Amino acid sequence: MKPNLSVRLGNLDLKNPVLVASGTFGYAQEFKDLVDLKKLGAIVTKTITLKSRPGNLSPRTCETPCGLLNSIGLENPGIDGFISQKLPFLKKIGIPIIVSIAAEESPEEFVVLVEKLNLIKEIAALELNISCPNLQKNKLIAQDAAETFALVSQLRKITTKCLITKLSPNVTSIVEIAQAAQNAGSDALALINTLGGMCIDIKKRTPKIGSWVGGLSGPAIRPIALKMVWETYNKIKIPIIGMGGIIDTESALEFFIAGASAISVGTANFVNPRVSLEIIEGLSKYMREHEIQNFNSLTGKLKACQN
Amino acid sequence: MKIQQIKARIVSNKEVKANFWLLEFVSSSIAKAAQPGQFVNVKVASGWAPLLRRPLSIHKIKNGKVQLFYEALGLATEILTQRRPKEFLDIIGPLGSGFNYQKSVVKSGKTKNILIAGGMGVAPLVFLAEKIKMHKPLVLIGAQSANKVLCAQEFRNFGCQVKIATNDGSLGFGGQVTDLLKINLTLENSVNLFACGPQPMLQAVAQIATAKNINCELSLEAHMACGIGACLGCVVMTKSGYKRVCQDGPVFSSKELTWEKR
Repeated sequence: MKPNLSVRLGNLDLKNPVLVASGTFGYAQEFKDLVDLKKLGAIVTKTITLKSRPGNLSPRTCETPCGLLNSIGLENPGIDGFISQKLPFLKKIGIPIIVSIAAEESPEEFVVLVEKLNLIKEIAALELNISCPNLQKNKLIAQDAAETFALVSQLRKITTKCLITKLSPNVTSIVEIAQAAQNAGSDALALINTLGGMCIDIKKRTPKIGSWVGGLSGPAIRPIALKMVWETYNKIKIPIIGMGGIIDTESALEFFIAGASAISVGTANFVNPRVSLEIIEGLSKYMREHEIQNFNSLTGKLKACQN
Repeated sequence: MKIQQIKARIVSNKEVKANFWLLEFVSSSIAKAAQPGQFVNVKVASGWAPLLRRPLSIHKIKNGKVQLFYEALGLATEILTQRRPKEFLDIIGPLGSGFNYQKSVVKSGKTKNILIAGGMGVAPLVFLAEKIKMHKPLVLIGAQSANKVLCAQEFRNFGCQVKIATNDGSLGFGGQVTDLLKINLTLENSVNLFACGPQPMLQAVAQIATAKNINCELSLEAHMACGIGACLGCVVMTKSGYKRVCQDGPVFSSKELTWEKR
């Protein structure tokens, strides 16, 4: 019997719970030679802003122990450029496309973005990137529960598309922000975005990336992400898309057991573009071996240590 | 040509000069498709440390085998030196846009093709030299000192004329390879320049090309995360905005580059 990997996030049905994370998969066409794209659960695009953005100074990336520090700065062609240049390829794949969006200056930009994307039926869901650490802002929306609530409420009123709110780990209590997003009508949560970080070149005595500080991703942050998913799962009711250093089936399963309903593969796409497909295979195998009929039944099944 | 992710068998991996290594692997498909200036993205070890792949220029193609020439200078390349024949290497390639030599190498006898290599910059230029050897290119090799001059014999084997510049004067011309270039440009009417090396050298070559209005292609080096144009991590500023070194390059026309940080 073929295991049933399907999951539901709000009104969004996915044939399997493996997504590719925003910013790590471009607009999918970059991976077309290497990955059978239609096998993925969904694709989350690189974040789109209202106007095009050139992005941050180079160098923009730096490898760290089991991690990657980046400060790309949301380089993107803007919403109109995205719709004309990038969306046609994405539409043809035939799997749910989730468009990640962000505001540069004012939260009102989200309203315009949502109104434009509302008109495109092939877009399955919107991911609100209120947690990008590379915009040189003093405070992110995702660092303030009231602002998160206000924004999500406002957008909830103007769209029936599935809304996913992407949260920042750079907060005192992620649960508080998660509750604000849930109470405002978010259909699902994506956690976590990158952790603020820094690397220094000791010969030149300069930062290793052009914008001084960036966001850390990769296996180095996985235990932090996992704890945040677990804490959040225990306090909220809407589904969680877990991410942060997932590199294989085992690390994906950790997130499901902690409370994720779906997962996103991020930095690992750069290293092994096929890893998401390998994880989908691995999850099926795990279900067969453990006689799990319905994948949803695994979510949050964490038990205490047994001595 | 499709990009491929393959497990390629290592044929040999040898230190050919102190800290400089030549690795050969089997891949008839990459060997067939690769163009000079393109690169492959190599996972140096199984597992996830180091995390990222390392982009290495395609150095030579021979009978369905691909050669990479690299310097052991960091954790990842040190690990690569330990890989042994018959092991398999996880490789993505061929990647990037290479030298546009088919268009620019004019077959007229009056046009001179000059290759300028600084240090490890020889790596992609040996492949280019082989492709245009019938035009007898002039190769200028720059290095710190005589013991760091790389690949002179490989270029001579293709029938190229080779001139060497060393910063300490221990071999050939004493000084920068770009000064050697200036000397060699004086008598030419029509010239194509192809260069690879450290950024200050490339910038100096570009300045010379601009001053004399010469066609000039430069192969850049950059830290990369994905190597396939998705992450936008390895950008360089051009007259039409940021471009990706991994996908739009690594070879750029000197006319495109602004050498600005932004």
